[in-house]
Amino acid sequence: MLANQIGYFSLIFGLIFSFLLIIVSVKNFNDDNKGIDHKVLSLSFLQFFFVLISFLGLIFSFINSDFGNETVFNNSHTTKPLFYKISGTWGNHEGSLLLWLLVLTLFIFLFLIKSNEQPKKYRILTLLFQQIIIIGFFLFLLKTSNPFSYLFPIPKEGLGLNPILQDPALAIHPPILYLGYVGSSIIFSSSLSAVTQNYISKKWALHIKKWILISWIFLTLGIMLGSIWAYYELGWGGFWFWDPVENVSLMPWLTLTALLHCVLVLERRLALSNWIVILSITTFTMSMCGTFLVRSGILNSVHTFANDPERGIFILVFLFVLIFLSLGIFFLFHKEKNQISNKIFWLSKESSILINNWFMMYFLSVVLIGTTYPIFLDVISSQKISVGPPFYQKLIAPFLIPFLIFMTIGPKLNWIKSKIEKKFSLIIFFIISTFLSFLILRKLSSEMLFNTVLISSAFYLFFITIKDLFIKKFNNFAQSIAHFGFSMLILSILFNSMLSLEIITNIKVGEKFNFKKGQIFFERLEKDESSNYSSVIGHFKINNNKGKIIYLKPELRIYNQPTTITSEADIKTTLLADTFLVMNLVKGKEYFNIRYQVKPFMIWIWISVILLSLGGLMSLFKKKYEN
Amino acid sequence: MKIKIFLFIIILFFIFCFFIFYKGLNNSNIYKPNVEIKKDIPIFIAKDFYLENEVNSEKIFVDSNFYILNIWASWCVPCRKEHSILMELNRNQSIKLIGLNYRDNLNNAKNFISELGNPYSQILIDDDGTIAIEFGAYGVPETFIIDKDKKIIKKFVGPLNNKLLQEIKSFLK
Repeated sequence: MLANQIGYFSLIFGLIFSFLLIIVSVKNFNDDNKGIDHKVLSLSFLQFFFVLISFLGLIFSFINSDFGNETVFNNSHTTKPLFYKISGTWGNHEGSLLLWLLVLTLFIFLFLIKSNEQPKKYRILTLLFQQIIIIGFFLFLLKTSNPFSYLFPIPKEGLGLNPILQDPALAIHPPILYLGYVGSSIIFSSSLSAVTQNYISKKWALHIKKWILISWIFLTLGIMLGSIWAYYELGWGGFWFWDPVENVSLMPWLTLTALLHCVLVLERRLALSNWIVILSITTFTMSMCGTFLVRSGILNSVHTFANDPERGIFILVFLFVLIFLSLGIFFLFHKEKNQISNKIFWLSKESSILINNWFMMYFLSVVLIGTTYPIFLDVISSQKISVGPPFYQKLIAPFLIPFLIFMTIGPKLNWIKSKIEKKFSLIIFFIISTFLSFLILRKLSSEMLFNTVLISSAFYLFFITIKDLFIKKFNNFAQSIAHFGFSMLILSILFNSMLSLEIITNIKVGEKFNFKKGQIFFERLEKDESSNYSSVIGHFKINNNKGKIIYLKPELRIYNQPTTITSEADIKTTLLADTFLVMNLVKGKEYFNIRYQVKPFMIWIWISVILLSLGGLMSLFKKKYEN
Repeated sequence: MKIKIFLFIIILFFIFCFFIFYKGLNNSNIYKPNVEIKKDIPIFIAKDFYLENEVNSEKIFVDSNFYILNIWASWCVPCRKEHSILMELNRNQSIKLIGLNYRDNLNNAKNFISELGNPYSQILIDDDGTIAIEFGAYGVPETFIIDKDKKIIKKFVGPLNNKLLQEIKSFLK
């Protein structure tokens, strides 16, 4: 009860500090002092502190199962394990927005203390833009989704957390993802203020690159965690479904990746500056757009946030205010830089980075159109369509071929101007990769030509980056490892989709099912009780033709609060392949519906994403980008 | 000049997007339930017809082998016709008959009941029609047969008649 009150009032204090900050920093902006006033720093810290208190208050209410709080009532239950009581704090709409706000205030505070060498006016303006965003979120939280609403009389028991959200990967997925999303808000504010101050320069590039890398790393990891959750928990046997909510996290990732590469150009010469500002604005707009699409309930997706039109309208208006604000600022202040420095030689690192950007923009538009087109069509002609994986695969896969090839060649080129000589090793490697993929694919007949080309381009990047890692030693290690991770990601996804085996059948206890490569034997059923669910465990024995025996124990869980049945897949992971078995009850029959899958190289997908973000991390800690 | 035109076009584009999204938001409020047999009944809170207190659906669907949920309204002419069938059904002790008063004026509804008799063991008010939509109803009258596991096992769109009454009775045996 008390924690609830404290949480609510700290939130209001936090909002008041926003206004105080604006007043103090505007004063500070116009005075003659060189540095930022200490008051600004302390106010920013206090704001963060109060939001933190508020967040802790909510966590406390969750731990104590204070059902007088509506959010706790809706999303928790006394029998939940402590870990999920805590993670339930951000497993719902209200709490997760509070987390957004917490990260927002934390990041602007960190920005202020980490940017001492930057011009004062630039810092203050960044703070002001950031405060606009923060105020928007405060109002959104207090007005439409107050996490501290009261319930009276106090219910004895809560409604429980949706069982599919009770998963360790999902418990840390939102905070990590939000660090990425919110990091992009700093990039947004900072680039807007740099435009107004005409401060888009090499120095700015060096400074903002850190923020870009931080958000990029967290966004990459956050997306991966979400994907891991979908793979292990949803039991659909895939890791990426092109679900709207996955797409909205991919969109800022694409622009952020483009931005990450562009800023490398700006670090070296004054080029692409306007493009960088546009990318920064787009990245944050995409994050906000994602929030809107997911939270308003305008799209159906796996995320089970309550649909509330009032919330939707608030975010929508807020989103477009930000869009128009940034458009206005950009068009008022941006400068056409002198044309000489904008000229880019066709065979240079700059041009390859530009090509990277074109591809990124293409991928972005595919995902954006695929996600929002159903809304447009529904409104304009009230036709209902759903855009599924084939759309994305057909439109993206072919373009991966040139993308991968440019990704291989690009880093080999020099800045400003490059010559074609001494690039024979590149050609030799290309021939080797084509030959290798031809050999591998000879046995798999489907879509032979296309797959061979796609895989050979992925192999090409793979081998060249391996060569770089070993031969060139520590020169540009970060970039090599990130690109290596990416090539591995594409390779494992491709082999995974080509070599996957799936068997769906209905089976009784004691029955055997024979398939081409082996046999499934349903040995017995077992019952088990746990604190918040009871489960039925099936024991399966799988023989494959090579004489290997695997035991798999998929579960059906019946959660008590709220009563929900979930299927827990049993997954055996090895370096080469995952074997996956999930069972479902066939209603009114003694049969169980089972889905058995062999998914090659699953674990390498996660490993390569980790390598990818490791590359980013190394780049972050590197003193200076080497050529 | 070029820039101004460009800016103008961009702003127009974003305004267009805004309206699409705005309209889309309103669209998404239209319920589109799956009309699927053997579906769990929705959980809802509704006002009681006489006591006017709020009741939770969990407390309504208890202690009976079968429930029949009938959606009706005083303004609905076919409801008047099927009322005698409902009175007949009410004699069967093994079922609990629940009425859902759909988008109605409370006084008219009460007159309707006092005029034709009350077949229901409980009547709930659905003044904005959302509960009916949650059940997947097309309109009034509509009748759902719900088993003790709170699953909808049968539904009838439109007024009940003697033939359907026999069918329901055979169902409940």
